[in-house]
Amino acid sequence: MHKSWWKIASVILLVYTIVGGFLMDVPRLFILNESIRNLYFHVSMWFAMMILFGVSLVYSIKYLSKQQYKHDIYASAYAGTGTFLGLLGYATGAVWANYTWVTDQGQSLSNILKEPKLLGAGIAILIYCAYFVLRGSFTDMDKKARVTAVYNIFAFVMLFPTIWIIPRLVGSLHPGAPGSDSGNPALNFNDIDSRLRMVFYPAVIGWTLLAVWITTLKIRTRLLADKSLL
Amino acid sequence: MASSKKIIALFRKDLLLEIRQQYTFYGIVLYIACTVYVLFLAINEPDGSTWNALFWVNMLFISINAVAKSFLQESRGRMLYYYSLTSAQEFILAKLLYNILLMLVMSLLSLITFSFFLGGPFLHAVEFVGITILGGISMSLVFTLMAAIASRANQNAAIMVIMGFPVIIPQLLLLIRISKSAFGEIFKEGAVFQMVLLLGGLDVLVLALCMILFPFLWKD
Repeated sequence: MHKSWWKIASVILLVYTIVGGFLMDVPRLFILNESIRNLYFHVSMWFAMMILFGVSLVYSIKYLSKQQYKHDIYASAYAGTGTFLGLLGYATGAVWANYTWVTDQGQSLSNILKEPKLLGAGIAILIYCAYFVLRGSFTDMDKKARVTAVYNIFAFVMLFPTIWIIPRLVGSLHPGAPGSDSGNPALNFNDIDSRLRMVFYPAVIGWTLLAVWITTLKIRTRLLADKSLL
Repeated sequence: MASSKKIIALFRKDLLLEIRQQYTFYGIVLYIACTVYVLFLAINEPDGSTWNALFWVNMLFISINAVAKSFLQESRGRMLYYYSLTSAQEFILAKLLYNILLMLVMSLLSLITFSFFLGGPFLHAVEFVGITILGGISMSLVFTLMAAIASRANQNAAIMVIMGFPVIIPQLLLLIRISKSAFGEIFKEGAVFQMVLLLGGLDVLVLALCMILFPFLWKD
């Protein structure tokens, strides 16, 4: 059992998230009702995504300072898993919005998806898709690693205003916008109910660990495939 | 030579090339004229929000066309020559300055043609000119870095558009939002100023990133 405790922890935490998330008691709120349980999936997946993008950023900076090819593999693998989590987070968010934001006055879901926060989320995913398109356009490996590391740093920095600052300024239905309670409600210690916290924090850790696990597997196969180059 | 002198020399070189060849300048002027004229034929006197949307779409495409060319003309040999003469920071600063100037001229020109053909439904004209200048600067900064990255990817223009669009959307969103105030939309006290400040902050951020990241692109 070589350093496998965190993989076991990930599985246990996620089983707890799913079982506890669906069965444990939650606060009863108007409109949200039982859909509040989506907090354990939607919000924590976005948390994990931000963490993974952060790790990807660190490896890109490392690549630029040390020029080691394996750091480029790390950066791209973390960005890939992060994008996948972003897609999952977007999908779970759309399901959530479908049940809480759509009123009975003939609104369609596409009408609601024009929210600043959702636009920001869509842009975030597009920025990383562009990163992969850029990666595909090079034939020279060193050049690819260097230029995409530059873009990755730039993308991460632009991500911050896109999903954290602008939706807060222009107003949005999503929690965390002016008009609703300011700040991210899941992060605010006074705001989140202690019953939710019991599952929410383990869920964040669980999803992050699972994502890291998936990424390390991807990195290992890539390292084996490019063994002759390293 | 001091670095400010080098920057001015590089800037002058770009400007002189432009004045002698003039193909970028007239190409974009023609582009603006065609776009606005087609819009003029298609819709007469659009209302504020339509005008605003059309104007910013136009600005976006102008900036892509104007800025994309800034690295296209630099051949490999010439880049090597610059490398022996200047540092990366000086080179990118000169490029940024030149592109800002180009975009300022282009955005004011397109504002004039827009107002001439499509009318000017804004209430605060001076404010809108300021917003246009701010928008021109923001776009030229972002697209200069994108053009620099694209120039490494075999001068692929499609790559620049793919990279640039998602990155520019936050700024466009803010710009469209701010320019609504010039069309008479009422905002909360200080909200417009806050957004302008944020846009300025973003510009400074992009500038800093250009200075930090360009040296890595420049080495080959």
